[in-house]
Amino acid sequence: MDDVRDELTPAETLESRGTRVDRTPAASTSSKKFLRVNDLHVSFPTDDGLVKAVDGVSFDLEKGQTLGIVGESGSGKSVTSLAVMGLHRGTRAHVTGEIWLDDEDLLKVSDEELRSLRGRKMAMIFQDPLSALHPYYTIGSQITEAIQVHEKVSKKAARTTVIDMLGRVGIPNPDKRYDQYPHEFSGGMRQRAMIGMALINNPELLIADEPTTALDVTVQAQILDLMRDLQQEFGSAIIMITHDLGVVAEIANDVLVMYGGRCVEYAEVDDLFHQPDHPYTWGLLSSMPRLDRVKLERLVPVAGNPPSLINVPPGCAFNPRCAFKEFSPRPCDVDEPQLLESYPKHDSRCHILVPKRAEIFAERVAPKL
Amino acid sequence: MFYYIVRRVLSVVIMLFLITGTTFLLFFAGPSDPARYTCARNCTTAILEGNRKALGYDQPVYVQYGKFVEGLFVGRDFPDNAALRAAHPEQIVHCPAPCMGYSPTTNQTINALVATAWPVSLSIAIGAFVIWMIIGVGGGVIAALKRGRWPDRLIVGSALIGFSVPTFFIGLILLTFPAIKWGWVPIPHYFPFTQNPLTWASNLILPWLTLACIFAASYIRLTRAYMIETMSEDYIRTAMAKGQTKWRIILRHGLRAALTPIVTAAGLDLGGLLGGAIITESVFSMHGLGWTAINAVINMNLPVIVAMVLIVSAFIVIANMLVDIAYGFIDPRVKLVG
Repeated sequence: MDDVRDELTPAETLESRGTRVDRTPAASTSSKKFLRVNDLHVSFPTDDGLVKAVDGVSFDLEKGQTLGIVGESGSGKSVTSLAVMGLHRGTRAHVTGEIWLDDEDLLKVSDEELRSLRGRKMAMIFQDPLSALHPYYTIGSQITEAIQVHEKVSKKAARTTVIDMLGRVGIPNPDKRYDQYPHEFSGGMRQRAMIGMALINNPELLIADEPTTALDVTVQAQILDLMRDLQQEFGSAIIMITHDLGVVAEIANDVLVMYGGRCVEYAEVDDLFHQPDHPYTWGLLSSMPRLDRVKLERLVPVAGNPPSLINVPPGCAFNPRCAFKEFSPRPCDVDEPQLLESYPKHDSRCHILVPKRAEIFAERVAPKL
Repeated sequence: MFYYIVRRVLSVVIMLFLITGTTFLLFFAGPSDPARYTCARNCTTAILEGNRKALGYDQPVYVQYGKFVEGLFVGRDFPDNAALRAAHPEQIVHCPAPCMGYSPTTNQTINALVATAWPVSLSIAIGAFVIWMIIGVGGGVIAALKRGRWPDRLIVGSALIGFSVPTFFIGLILLTFPAIKWGWVPIPHYFPFTQNPLTWASNLILPWLTLACIFAASYIRLTRAYMIETMSEDYIRTAMAKGQTKWRIILRHGLRAALTPIVTAAGLDLGGLLGGAIITESVFSMHGLGWTAINAVINMNLPVIVAMVLIVSAFIVIANMLVDIAYGFIDPRVKLVG
């Protein structure tokens, strides 16, 4: 291993391994974006040890834009979004870093200030709308509650607003549906109601945590269309958390790929699909079904299991599952790769040299996609 | 909904017949002679047999049961024996429907007996219920919110003590110290609520606390368990994401959902208590239904025993039915289908 490292001259290292990114990630150009997350760490103390669910994630997002956060279960994508919403407060989670929303660091504001931002300036759509809606209250009263938490409105006025919103998210007979309970809604309608609840106060930041996972494909497409339309209408920034690259391709402007609580690749959506730059991203792309290919080939799953977040292995978190670590000039199970800019506005975290990665992708990965 | 209620009422009636019938059978299966208990020291065969006839104990069991049921629906006259009634018309006691029988030891109809005892039991049950629900649900909610920290340990610990100490012990401690030794409260004696609510309450406070102590303990544990469960539900996180305030989340979202099983338990416990709290009433000599029942058992007073069994079981099965119907209103997902 050591000899491999010796072969590299310092000049070569700099040029071919990419340039070091200084906190501000690649996709950021202007200095003051609407949402800026800097070096976010979230950990939970458990009986087995400290779980590092999110380990130094940074990204930013402009209004009207959509960031897709992709990763498998346990990669820390949901925890990241809960931290932005401040929903870790009052739990045992330990959060450090900076989350700037406009001019406020959400990790520093008081509980009361954060509460008044939640549901008004930033809102969240949850994964499973059946369990996320209260079974004992009607859909209408639950959305009305979201209004009345933040402003003094009469029940009647709120009702009109809510019925209007239910209609906008595509629920038929909204005035009748207002008085129905969640269990009387179908899955897609429940998710629409959830979206309506999140949008009711015109939030500037909307976080959607796998909003289409529990839905069938046709409804999925409708929901994504709906979110895109509503984004155009309200100009909100959206963080779309998903494990589905198809959803990302559909809706996102930027993509952040997470693995083991860290960002492994961060790029604009076209760049990510044209020139994916991390073995894990390749794995995700290979495991995605494609209908436009005639050739019938088995999908290639990413071998192995997600890493333990308690005893994080040394080196690259993905190395036990990486099929290409033999190309790395450095010992992947010893040295931890840094998140570096491989191309303009395109960061990734891998020891393999950038040209080599491009070569591997072009010759060995792309033909099978 | 309507058919559901009709069906439940019918099943309640059938159940009550079965329960009283079984009580009759059990009573006569025993080796003792109920008539013997109606006739004290100077007992002669003539008096014994006279009493036996007057109370109808000379009849076969099924005839006695038939007369009991008849009394419930149309009322009956005592003495039971027609020849005795004809011989002494001045001694006839009419017992209107629903007649539960005649108590030979106190020489009154059981309806009259119940009319004096029932307000005592009702007063004890209602007061204790209010106290234990406040302490139980309040304590349970606080314990759940402070889970694992000292308020939780303190509350759950005292609940455990309250639950393990026998009722009569708590009752005697309360009677001895605050009432007898320190004189803070009167030594319990029942005064009707209508006379003076304050006297009523100050006399009942010790029985209330005694009963509440036992029940609050289990309600603390119950509420704590259900609160911990509901507060970890996804809809709590949704309420937080809406920006809802802490206490509204706890009460409107958490407790509202946790309350369903608590209401069930509360309905059944209250139903059971309305039929009398035997130990508490005995400790404080409050002459309620529980005290009446235990005296009837000691004196082998069949008519009173059967009436008490009927009353207690009626309260329990009716409470059960009401709780089930209430579910249809508490939980919108429940549909009552006949």
